[in-house]
Amino acid sequence: MSDYPALQARLVADIGAAPDLDALESLRVAALGKTGSVSALLKTLGAMSTEERQEQGPQIHALREAVTTAIAERKAALEGAALEAKLADERLDMTLPAAETPRGSVHPVSQVMDELAEIFADMGFAVATGPEIEDDWRNFTALNIPETHPARAMHDTFYFPSQMKDAEGRAMLLRTHTSPVQIRTMMEKAPPIRIIAPGRVYRSDSDATHTPMFHQVEGLVIDRGIHMGHLKWTLETFLKAYFERDDIVLRLRPSYFPFTEPSAEVDVGYAVEKGRRIVGGSGDDEGHAWMELLGSGMVNRHVIANCGLDPDEWQGFAFGAGIDRLAMLKYGMDDLRAFFDGDLRWLSHYGFGALSVPTLSGGISA
Amino acid sequence: MKITLDWLRQHLDGDFAVDDVVAALNRIGHEVEGVEYPAEKFAGFRVAKVLTAEKHPQADKLQVLSVDTGEGGAPITVVCGAPNARAGLVGVLGLPGAVVPATKLVLKVAAVRGVESNGMMCSTRELELGDDHDGIIELPADAPVGTPFADYSGVDDPVIEVSITPNRQDCMGVRGIARDLAAAGLGTLKPLDVPTIEGEDAPATEIRTDDPDGCPAFYGRTIRGVTNGTAPEWMRRRLEAIGQRSISALVDISNYVMFDLGRPSHIYDRAKLSGALVARRARAGETVTALNGKDYRLTDTMTVIADDNGVHDIAGIMGGEHSGCSETTTDVLVEIAWFTPERIALTGQALGLTSDARSRFERGVDPAFLDDATAIVTGHILNLCGGTPSTVTRAGTPPVASRHIDYDPALAQALGGVAIPEDRQRAILEALGFTIMELGALWHVTVPSWRRDMDGPPDIVEEVVRIHGFEAIPSTPLPRAEGVAKPTATTEQLIERRLRRAAAAAGFHEAVTWSFVSEREAAPFGGGAWSLANPISEDMKVMRPSLLPGLLSAAARNQNRGAASIRLFEIGRRYLADAERPTLAVLMTGEKRARDWQTGKAAPFDAFDAKAAALTLLEAAGAPADRLQVMAANAEGAIWHPGQSATLRLGPKAVLAEFGALHPALTRHFDVAGPVMAAQIFLDAIPAKRASGPARAAFMPPALQSVRRDFAFLAPDTLAAADLVRAIRGADKTNIVNVRLFDRFAGEGVPEGQLSLAVEVELQPQDKSFTDPELKAIADKVVAAAAKLGAALRG
Repeated sequence: MSDYPALQARLVADIGAAPDLDALESLRVAALGKTGSVSALLKTLGAMSTEERQEQGPQIHALREAVTTAIAERKAALEGAALEAKLADERLDMTLPAAETPRGSVHPVSQVMDELAEIFADMGFAVATGPEIEDDWRNFTALNIPETHPARAMHDTFYFPSQMKDAEGRAMLLRTHTSPVQIRTMMEKAPPIRIIAPGRVYRSDSDATHTPMFHQVEGLVIDRGIHMGHLKWTLETFLKAYFERDDIVLRLRPSYFPFTEPSAEVDVGYAVEKGRRIVGGSGDDEGHAWMELLGSGMVNRHVIANCGLDPDEWQGFAFGAGIDRLAMLKYGMDDLRAFFDGDLRWLSHYGFGALSVPTLSGGISA
Repeated sequence: MKITLDWLRQHLDGDFAVDDVVAALNRIGHEVEGVEYPAEKFAGFRVAKVLTAEKHPQADKLQVLSVDTGEGGAPITVVCGAPNARAGLVGVLGLPGAVVPATKLVLKVAAVRGVESNGMMCSTRELELGDDHDGIIELPADAPVGTPFADYSGVDDPVIEVSITPNRQDCMGVRGIARDLAAAGLGTLKPLDVPTIEGEDAPATEIRTDDPDGCPAFYGRTIRGVTNGTAPEWMRRRLEAIGQRSISALVDISNYVMFDLGRPSHIYDRAKLSGALVARRARAGETVTALNGKDYRLTDTMTVIADDNGVHDIAGIMGGEHSGCSETTTDVLVEIAWFTPERIALTGQALGLTSDARSRFERGVDPAFLDDATAIVTGHILNLCGGTPSTVTRAGTPPVASRHIDYDPALAQALGGVAIPEDRQRAILEALGFTIMELGALWHVTVPSWRRDMDGPPDIVEEVVRIHGFEAIPSTPLPRAEGVAKPTATTEQLIERRLRRAAAAAGFHEAVTWSFVSEREAAPFGGGAWSLANPISEDMKVMRPSLLPGLLSAAARNQNRGAASIRLFEIGRRYLADAERPTLAVLMTGEKRARDWQTGKAAPFDAFDAKAAALTLLEAAGAPADRLQVMAANAEGAIWHPGQSATLRLGPKAVLAEFGALHPALTRHFDVAGPVMAAQIFLDAIPAKRASGPARAAFMPPALQSVRRDFAFLAPDTLAAADLVRAIRGADKTNIVNVRLFDRFAGEGVPEGQLSLAVEVELQPQDKSFTDPELKAIADKVVAAAAKLGAALRG
C-alpha cells in the first residue's frame, strides 16, 4: 500500500507552488488526467479485495478530493492575481477632465415672466397677450387718450407710415404699453376678469437707462365691487411674493393716467447695501428711500364703456410695471442694454437653468 | 415746473418749512423731483469789510488787504488783485473751505508771492451773480459785516421742482399749487389781489377775433407812455430762481404772471403794429419768425394773431420776433386770450414747437380768469413801467360754462376703498373751490372753472381720497376662489414654456434681441412687411421678418469677443404682413465639442445638429414626432445652404420647422465667420394635442423578447434614406416595430451611382415566438418593399 498522506502533501505542495495557470493545468493532468497519478490509484480500487477497498478506498477518494480542492483554490488565486494585475494596468488619472455637457440658460426676462405667471395664477389671474403692432384706437383712443391729449406726447410713439392703416382706417403703431391688452380682453371676454399681460413694448427713447424696446406687465381686474383697497392689497401681495420678503412697504401717490381714475403711482421702500438697491422697509426709515415701481389706478369709466361694458355694473383696477426693471432689482443687473445684446458671458451669468422653474412649493426664485 | 418757498408764501399763510411742502406735495399727487438750496452754494461766503489796503511788496498789481470778518477777532490778511479793492469797501469774502460757485475750486490758505492769503474777496462772476469780473463786489457801506452772504443776499430761497401731471393745468402756476396745499392742511390760501383799472380811452388798436373756433375770446388793452427798464429785483430773483432769464420789465411781467397764476399773456410793441390786431386762421404758406429766431411755415388749420402786415404771434404758442417789446418800447398792447386747447396741441405738434405758453393753453387755462388776468398784468405794468391804460376790449366770449357732477359720497368707499366722513369730504372739496348742494343722498357738486379735468364722480372721488391721503386706504384682499388655484395657462403658453426650458436643457442660451432690424438685415429674408415711419435709427427700422438676423448679429458680436462655441436661441415674434407669428430660432456655430484629450481636435457643428435640435424641440412641444416628414426647404428666401437644409412637415402644407446649414452668403452678410447651423420652429403650426384627460392609453409590455435582423441594400444614390426606412416600416405593420438606419456607404465595392444602406429591423412577436418560416416571410416583405424603391439586398 502506498503512503497516501505523503503523496497528498507532495501534490498539494506542487499545486500551491504552480506559478501560472498553464503549470497548474499540467499538474492537474499529471494527477487527475486519464493517466494521472491519482487517476491511476483510483483504477487500482477495482482489483482490490473488499477489505482492502474498504480500507484504501476512502483514502484514495480523500486524496483526489484534496488535490481537486487544491487545484481550484490555486486557480482562483492565480486568476485573482491576474485580474489585479490587469486592473493595475488600467489605472487612469481620474483628475482628467470629463466630456462637458453644454449648459444652456433661460433669459432673466423670461424667468421673471414665469415667476409673475406663477404668483398671479395663485391669485386667480390668467396670462393674456396681444399684438405688438397695434392700432392707435386700442393703444390710445380707447384708453381715453384722444388725439390732442397731452398724454400722447408723454409716449414717444413709433408709427408706421400712414398708408399702412388697418381695415377700420386706424393708424398703426408699435404699442407704447401693454394697456391695449386690457382693451382686447374686455372686448373679447365677459367679466369677471383677472389677467396679467406681459410683453414687449416700444418707445422712441434710447439712452443709458432707456431702450427703444423693453418689457412691461399689465394687470387688470374687472368685477363687481372692486376698489382701491383691493388694488393696494394685490400689489403688496404680488411684490412680497416676487421679492420673497415680508417687509415690502408700498407708498401710493396720487397721479394721473388717462385710463385710470383715481390713479396712483406706487413707490417701494429700499435701502442701498453694497452699492445695490435692496427692496424692503419703509422709504421713510433711516437709510431708506422710495423709488417708483408701478403705475396703477381704478379703470376709467370711459375705458370700460369703450369696451362695451356697463361701468355702473363693472369696475376694477389696472396696473403696469417694467419687467426688465423688476428683474434688475431682484437679481442685481445694472445695465438694461445688456439684456438685449445676447452676450453669452452675460447670459451664462445672469440666465437661469432649464430646471429652475418657479413654483409655489419650490419657491418663486427656484 | 419750479416754485420757490418764498414765492409760495406769497399765496399761502402758515408755519411750514420746505420739508413740509415737499412731503405734502408728494402726498397729494404733485411729485417733487428735487429741491435746490441756493444757500448751500454760498456756504463759506460772508459780508466782510476791508480795513486797510496796501501794495503787495512783490507784485505791482496785487494788494494786501486786512479784512474784518465780523467775528470780533483780529482782521485776516487777504491778497487781492482787484483794482477797486480799497480801505472801507464792504464786499463778499470767501473763507478757506468754501467752494467758488463759478469755478468749483475749493479755497485754501495759500501764499501769494510770499504773502499768506487767508481768503478771497469775490467778483459777481465768481459767485455766478453776473458777468462782472472787473472788480470785487461792492455792497452798501451799511451791509452787516459777518452776515452769511446767502442770508444777506436773500438767495436762500429753496427751489422745489414739481412734476405737474397733464390733467392739472391749474397747478402750472404757483397759486394753483398753493390752493392744493391749503386744501391738504398746509397753510391758508391768501385772497388774490386784483387791481381795479378802468382805463381812460378806448384802445388805440382795434382788437378782434375772426376765428371763434380757435380763439373764442381775445381780451386786450393798450397802454401808452410806458418805460421798459429792468424788472425789480424781487421779480428778477424769482424768475431766475426757476430758471427764467430776466429780459426786460415788460417781458418779465408777462412771464411772471404765467408762472405765478398759470396764465400766459402777450405784450406787443404797438409801434410795430399797423391796423387792427386780429385773431384769425393762418393762410396756407404764411410764415412768421418766432421769438426763438426760427421761421415757421403755417397752415390754414393754425390760429394766429396778425395785423395788416402779417402774423405777429403763433396763437398761444410763441410770439413773433418783430413785434416783441424792447428798451425803446413806449406803447404796448396787452393780449389775454383764450385759445381752444385741441387746436393749440395740434398746431404745436405740427410745428414741433414747445413753449411754456403752449403747455398751459393746450391743457386749457381757466376761461373765467380773463378779466382778472388783464387787470393783474396791467397793474404790474403801471407799477413797474408807468403809462396810461385804455379800457379793455373784450372780443368774443370765453367758454365759461357752469359744470356740475352728481356725486354720492358713498363712492369714496365703493371706488376709493376708504370710508371718509361726509363733513371731511365736504371740507376737502370746498377748499379746492368746489361748491356743494345736497340733493337727498346725492351731492350736486359745482366744478370750479379752472378744473377742466373733472368729468365724473370718479374724479370727485380722486380729489377727496387724494387730499384725505392714499395711505389711509386699507389693504383689502381680493376675493379668492375656493380650493387650490386653477391652472390658467393656455396651450400656446404651455408650448412656449416647454420649448424654452427644452432649448435651455439642450445647451442653448436664450437671447432677447430687438424686434426691429435694418433694411439690409431684413433683405435676405425677403424684406420686412412693417417699416417704421419714425425709426430711432436706420439700424432699427424694419420689424423683423425672422428671428435669425438678431441671432446672427449676436453671434457676430460673440465671435468678436472670442467665443469659440455659440449656441443661442430666441422665442419671439416674426412680424409678417398678416400676423405676428410666434417663433423659436436656434443658432449654433463654432465648436460643437472643444478639442479634448480623449477625442483630439474640436468638432464643428453640422446640419444634423440642427436637425437634432429641431426634432428634440418639436417633441418637447408635443408635436407628433413620429409623423413628421423631412421635405425640401422652402423656396422663398435663399437663406439656407441649398444642399444641407430641409423642412419638417405634417403633410405638404403644414411646415412645423426648417433647419440646416445657413447659406454662406447669408452668414457673410452678417459678418459671422464659419458655417452656421440653425433651425426655426413655427409655434403656431404645431397642432394642439387633443385633450383626453390625464389617463394614458392602455399598455402591457410584450411578454416575448423582440428580434433584430440587419439588412444591407444597394440603392440608387438619389434615394432618400427616410423613404427606404418608411417603406420597410410599412412592409409588415404588425410585426415590424422599429427600423433604424445604421450604416451608409459609397465608394469602393459599391457601384458608381449607388449607395450601400444598412438598416436594423426590430420585430416584435405577439403571442408566440417567430418560427423560421415566419421570419423568412417577414424578411421577404422587407426585401420586396425595398425593391420597389430600387434598393436590392446586398449579396
